[in-house]
Amino acid sequence: MRTVTVPGLARGLGFTALFAAFPFVFTESWVVNIGIFTVMYAALATAWNVLGGFSGYLSLGNAAFFGMGAYGEAILFQHISIGSGYRPFWVLPLIGLGVAVAVLPVAWVAVRTRAATFAIVTISMLFIAQQLAFNLHSLTNGAQGLVMPLPPFPNTTFERPFYLAMVAVLALSVLLSWYVATGRLGLMLFAIRDDEDRARGLGVHTTYAKLFAVAISAGLTAMAGGVWAYYIGFIYPQFAVDPLVTIGAVLMAFLGGRGTIWGPTLGALILVPAQQYLAFSEGASELYLVAYAAIFLGVMLLMPRGILPSIADLVAARRSSNGAHRADGPRAEMPEAVT
Amino acid sequence: MSAVLEVDRLTKRFGGVAAVDGCSLAVAEGTVTALIGPNGSGKTTLFNLITGYLRADSGAVAFAGKRVRRPEPTALCRRGLTRTFQQARVFGSLTLVQNMVAAVQQPRRSAFRQAVSRGDRERAVGLLEEFGLARLAGARADQLSFGQRKLLEFATVLMGRPRLVLLDEPTSGVNPVMVETMERHIRELRGRGLTLLVVEHSMPTVMRLCDPVIVLDHGSKIAEGPPAAVQHDPAVLDAYLGT
Repeated sequence: MRTVTVPGLARGLGFTALFAAFPFVFTESWVVNIGIFTVMYAALATAWNVLGGFSGYLSLGNAAFFGMGAYGEAILFQHISIGSGYRPFWVLPLIGLGVAVAVLPVAWVAVRTRAATFAIVTISMLFIAQQLAFNLHSLTNGAQGLVMPLPPFPNTTFERPFYLAMVAVLALSVLLSWYVATGRLGLMLFAIRDDEDRARGLGVHTTYAKLFAVAISAGLTAMAGGVWAYYIGFIYPQFAVDPLVTIGAVLMAFLGGRGTIWGPTLGALILVPAQQYLAFSEGASELYLVAYAAIFLGVMLLMPRGILPSIADLVAARRSSNGAHRADGPRAEMPEAVT
Repeated sequence: MSAVLEVDRLTKRFGGVAAVDGCSLAVAEGTVTALIGPNGSGKTTLFNLITGYLRADSGAVAFAGKRVRRPEPTALCRRGLTRTFQQARVFGSLTLVQNMVAAVQQPRRSAFRQAVSRGDRERAVGLLEEFGLARLAGARADQLSFGQRKLLEFATVLMGRPRLVLLDEPTSGVNPVMVETMERHIRELRGRGLTLLVVEHSMPTVMRLCDPVIVLDHGSKIAEGPPAAVQHDPAVLDAYLGT
């Protein structure tokens, strides 16, 4: 069994409780709306990190998984009643599992490539998925899109169930992320990130590890897509399979610290509210995009490996200067340092 | 002694250049066999072909009596054939213990088990101790010196309990003390029954450690035999000195 440390457990439970309490403290709709997108991006960035952060395979196609989840949810509830409004949330694990399995054949081809080629293959995958959404009229209703049934939630707390569903997806993402990072699979992925050829020569099943990571990443991303579809209500190809969704998630993971457990969440907590606030304060001038980029560049200049690894480096440097060197102790970039 | 590795007329061309040209050789079980030759004679390419990092144009490789139809590094390692690289390659962001444990042969279903089990850790630390690296067990591998990385790379391949290890220039770029350490380990491992095929440029090391010695030139074997005999072989002298 894995060792669950008391600080680690406290951190996990504490963050989950804080996130869950948010809509009960801040009840205004627009605030909870920002909360939903912040938590959604935290989940997306954490899901991306399982592949892109742990194995170093920079996937730019995760929005395709997001769209698959969104369309999966929307198509399903064209035929099934949403009941009291909570049924679409209960099917999310099935949607995640379905997408995780469905992407494996394509992923098997994609993971045969590396580095920039992999990034290009995955972004091509994204645009193929978008084109399919535009053209498979009988399934997706093409450019007209799909409409999700309106849930019968009270107006005053309408956002709350969506928010809590997103928190559940985030909690699952962080938990799975931790479970992968502290297991053999994590070790295999880190070895692949550092030197894949060497890992192959040491008997590591690299293809198997990468496929596992893709499946986990895709499944979690699809679940977030499912909640998003239900919340937004109108599903169009250009928004359901949007490259900006992937780019946002990647930026957040880089900012917080890719390859760490909490880094992507931290990145989302900084970037999404900043983006929303700047969009609000700068209005239609779109200057907010410049300010948004400036925040990102500023942090990356000061902390090129992301916030959490930089902090971990500082702590490690301080510890080693004090002469403390535990055998097999935490290292700067490994997730143990931040779990 | 039976051959643990047999290479039969292996050929690899890069454009018009034959890096390995119809090369045949056999490595007997329990020996430390040297593979030497001038720069560009095809030693590392041959290693890459044997271990599946490169696909041969023609020829065959047999390991432990069975022909390897499609050499692939992971599968070969799991059968007991592994290697080190000319430039020491370690997993820089992992600790030394994690580097070692990454090389433990595990079944696929173990993917969700704990990364470093108690048994694996004990074995890893034991091996690190043999190589004088135990005090650095918790340090990141990218903090090691080049010589220490060479030692770590060597120790790591042993975690998989191999039958044959291909060492690519184990003593190049390391200080004399480290060379002596490396030689001692190779001798000890031979004593425990491990077979080693060693590419090495340092002739004193080859003379002290290896028997037999195989000499390559222009991708083909030009001589094979005990070190003393090979040293005076006219073909070898010609290849090295160009006389």
